[in-house]
Amino acid sequence: MKRTNELIVALAVLAVIVVITWGVFAVGDNMPRGVTAYSKDVYQLHNTILGIVTVIGILVFTAMFTSVVVHRKSKGYKPASFSHSTKAEIIWTAIPVLILVVMAVPATRVLIDMEQTGGAEMNIKITGYQWLWRYEYLEDEISFFSAMDRASNEARQIGSGINPRDVENYLLEVDNRLVVPVNTRIRFLLTADDVIHSWWVPDLGWKRDAIPGMVNEAWTEILEEGVFRGQCAELCGKDHGFMPIVVEAVSREAYDAWVASQRQSMADAAHESARLWTRAELMNHGANVYQAQCAACHQPDGSGLEPAFPALARDGRPTGDLAAHLDVVLNGRDGTAMTAFGGRLQPQDIAAALTYARNAWSDEEGEVVQPSTIAELNQG
Amino acid sequence: MSQETTAHHSDHHDHHPTGLARWLFTTNHKEIGTLYLIFSLVMFFIGGAMAMVIRAELFAPGLQLVNPDFFNQMTTMHALVMIFGAVMPAFVGLANWMVPLMIGAPDMALPRMNNWSFWILPFAFTLLLATLFMPSGGPASGWTLYPPLSLQGGNTLAFVILAIHLMGISSIMGAINIIATILNMRAPGMTLLRMPLFVWTWLITAFLLIAVMPVLAGAVTMLLTDRFFGTSFFNAAGGGDPVLYQHIFWFFGHPEVYILILPAFGIVSEIIPTFSRKPLFGYTSMVYATASIAFLSFIVWAHHMFTVGMPLGAMLFFMYATMVIAVPTGVKIFNWIATMWRGSMSFETPMLFALGFVVLFTIGGLSGLMLAIVPANFQYHDTYFVVAHFHYVLVTGAVYAIMAAVYYWLPKWTGHMYDERLGKIHFWWSTIWVNVLFFPQHYLGLAGMPRRIPDYAVQFTEFNMISSIGGFMYGFGQLLFAFIIWKCVRGGQKATAQVWEGARGLEWTVPSPAPLHTFDTPPLVDDSVAVHKDQLT
Repeated sequence: MKRTNELIVALAVLAVIVVITWGVFAVGDNMPRGVTAYSKDVYQLHNTILGIVTVIGILVFTAMFTSVVVHRKSKGYKPASFSHSTKAEIIWTAIPVLILVVMAVPATRVLIDMEQTGGAEMNIKITGYQWLWRYEYLEDEISFFSAMDRASNEARQIGSGINPRDVENYLLEVDNRLVVPVNTRIRFLLTADDVIHSWWVPDLGWKRDAIPGMVNEAWTEILEEGVFRGQCAELCGKDHGFMPIVVEAVSREAYDAWVASQRQSMADAAHESARLWTRAELMNHGANVYQAQCAACHQPDGSGLEPAFPALARDGRPTGDLAAHLDVVLNGRDGTAMTAFGGRLQPQDIAAALTYARNAWSDEEGEVVQPSTIAELNQG
Repeated sequence: MSQETTAHHSDHHDHHPTGLARWLFTTNHKEIGTLYLIFSLVMFFIGGAMAMVIRAELFAPGLQLVNPDFFNQMTTMHALVMIFGAVMPAFVGLANWMVPLMIGAPDMALPRMNNWSFWILPFAFTLLLATLFMPSGGPASGWTLYPPLSLQGGNTLAFVILAIHLMGISSIMGAINIIATILNMRAPGMTLLRMPLFVWTWLITAFLLIAVMPVLAGAVTMLLTDRFFGTSFFNAAGGGDPVLYQHIFWFFGHPEVYILILPAFGIVSEIIPTFSRKPLFGYTSMVYATASIAFLSFIVWAHHMFTVGMPLGAMLFFMYATMVIAVPTGVKIFNWIATMWRGSMSFETPMLFALGFVVLFTIGGLSGLMLAIVPANFQYHDTYFVVAHFHYVLVTGAVYAIMAAVYYWLPKWTGHMYDERLGKIHFWWSTIWVNVLFFPQHYLGLAGMPRRIPDYAVQFTEFNMISSIGGFMYGFGQLLFAFIIWKCVRGGQKATAQVWEGARGLEWTVPSPAPLHTFDTPPLVDDSVAVHKDQLT
C-alpha cells in the first residue's frame, strides 16, 4: 500500500511537470505571433510571462512534492514544531515583488506604445450590429456591411446535415472583407448600434469593445499581406458566435484598385435605387437580403421565434399591414433586438427584403415596395 | 449523545419539533448549517447539469443539441447557480456549523435571523430557475447581465433581479450574523489572534459581503428601472453609459471572487496543519495576508474590463494593483508549504483535496497573474483562457476546499467515518478529469476561441472534445461524492471526538456526532487549546 502511494505521488509530480512543460511549448505556438509590430511585442511579452510563471510553478510544486514524498508519517518522519521564521517570510515577500517589477516594466512599455493612436494615415470606423459589422473608410468614403458568409450560415443551423469540416473557413468567413493596405498606420474608431460587441483579430494583437454611445480608438499597422480572421469577443446575443471578422491586407496598388471598384459599385447602387424594379427582380434580390439580414431572428421561413422574434407570416398571409411593417424596418423597435435598418441598408435592399417578406410565404400575391418609396421615406 | 448537556435544558429540548417543522422552524446553527450544505449540494448538481449541456453542445463543431439562445441561458444560469447557489451557501453552511464550535459559542448570535437567511434561498432559486420555463426563457446575457444586452430579454429579467435581491438579503443577513457571532460570542480566552484561520477568513469575508452585496443590488435595480420604468442609467440614447454598469458590477464582482475564495483559504489552513501534525506556519502573516487581499479586492475591479477603452493611467493603475495581489497570495501558498515542510504527513481524503487545492489553485493564480498584464490581456480577454483561469480558481479552488471541508468535518457531523477508499477514488478521479476538462481550455483561448459561443471553427475541435470528455467524467464522478455522504450519514465506523490524530481546536473537544447543543457552558481557552500558536523561534 505504501509503495502504491508513493507511485501515485511520483506519477502526479511527473504529470504536473509534463503538463506544464507541454503547456510552455504548445501554448507558445498557440498564441499567434501576429502580423503587426504590436502583436509581436504582445507575443514576446506573453512568452516571457508564461516562462516566469512556469518557473515559479515548478519551484513551488517541487518544494511541495519534496515535502510530500520525504516528510510523511508512513516513513516514520517525526514532525518538527517550528511555526514562524521572520527571515523566510521577508524573503518570500521581497522576491515576488522583484519578479513583479521585472514583469511590469515591459508590460508598461508595450501598453504605452499601444495607446499612441496619433499619426494615422487612414481612419476606419467600425460599427457593431447584432450580428454583423459595418466598416466605413472615412477618407475613401466607402462603407459596407460585413456578415458571416452563406455557406457557414447554412451549415451551422441545427439539423443542417452539413458537416462543418466540409465548409471552408467555417464560421470565419464573411461576405465582404475589410480590405486594408499593408505598411499603413490605420486608426480604428469603434462603436456599436445596439449592444456591446468586441472587435478582435488575434493576428493584430488586440481586441477592443464596440460600445453604443461611445467611440473607442485603436490602431494597427499590418506588416505582411494576407487574410486574417477573428470573431466578435463580447457576448452580444444569440448569434454572438456567428459574427466573424475577416481582414484582407493587400499592397497599396491592390488597395487603390479595390477602392476604385468599390466606388463604382456604390455609384451603380445609387443608380439602382432611383429606377423602377420589377417584382421578379425584387423577389430575387430580396431572398438574398432576407437571408443575410432577417433570417437569423425571423427564421428562413418567416415563422419567427416567438415571443422574442415575431413571425412575419402566418396562415399564408403577412402579419400586420405594410405601413406598420415599413415603420418597424426603417426605425426599429425600442427595447428589442429589432434595429433601425433605414440608415443601414440601401433603399433597394430594404425594398427587396420587404417585397420578399410580403410575398414569399403568402398564398396570394402581396404588395411590391419600390426602392424609390424607401428613399423618400428615408428623406422624410 | 450528550445527555449531560441536554439534561440542563430539558425545557426547550423536549419540545423540539419533528419532521418538516423541525427544519422549517429550526434556529439551531447545526441544523441550519446542514440545510445550507444540502441546498448547496442540490444546486451543485443543477448547475453541473447545465455545464453538461454546455459541454455536450461544444463536443463537436456545428449545432447539434440546443439553439444558441438556450445555450446562452445555460452559460448564464450555470454561473448564477454555481456562484450564488452552490459555492456561497456551502461556505455559509460550513460557517454555521463550525464557527460556533471553533470559538466555543453555544450557537450563532442571531438564531432567528439565521433561519430566515437560509429559508430565503429556496425561494430565490425557485424564482431564478423558473425563468427557464417561461415563454421568453431564462436570462441569456451572461451572469454579469451587461446592458444593453440584458435589457433586450423578456420580462424574465424582473424575476432574475428579484432573485438576486433575495440572495443578497440572505447573504447580508448571514454575514451580519457571522460577524456578530465572532465578535461577541467567543469563549473566554479566545482572543482574536487565537482564533482558527477559518474563523478569521470568514470574519473578513463577511465584511466583504456587507460592503459589496448592496452595490450589486444597486446595479441590478438600475437595470430594473431602465428596463421597466423608462430610466436611462445605462442607455446611451438617453444620456446613460453602458460602461458605468460594468464599473459598478465589478466593484461588486471582484470582492465577490474573494468572497468565494477566502473561506477556502481558511479551510485549507485548518486541514494542512492537522495532517502535517505541525502547527500552521506564519499564523499572523496569514491573517494579515487575508486582510490585505480583502483590501486590494476593492481597488482592482477594472481589470475585468481592460478592453472597454480606459485612459492609459487607469489601465496602468489597475494592472499594478492587480499584480500586487500576487504578493499576499504568494505568502499564503508559501506558508502552506512551510507548514508541510518537516511535518509528519498522512494523506487522508481531506488532505488530498487540500493538496489538490494548493497545486491547482496556484495554477489558476499564475494564469491570473498573466491576465493582469494589460497588453497580453487584450489577447486573453473574453477567451477560453479566462474560462480556464476562473475554473481553476473556482472549481479546483473553492469547490475543492469545500469538498476537503466536508470530508474533514463529516465525521464530526455524522459521528461516522466516511468510506476512506471511496473518498480517495473520488479525489483521484476528480483531479485527473478536472484537469482534462480545464487545462486544454488555456490552449483554446490562446488559439483564439472566444468564450460564450455555442459553436466554433473546426480548428478548435480536438481540444473541445478532450475538454468535453473531461467534463462528462468529472461530472459523473461527483455522483460518487453524493453517495459517499449518503453512506456516511447512514452509518459507518464510529468516529471519536478527536477524529483526526493531528487535529487541534475546540470542535474536536465535543463528541462525534456533535450534540445539538454544545458549549452551553463556555470552555476556557488558553494557549494549550488555541489551535494555531504562532510560536516565535
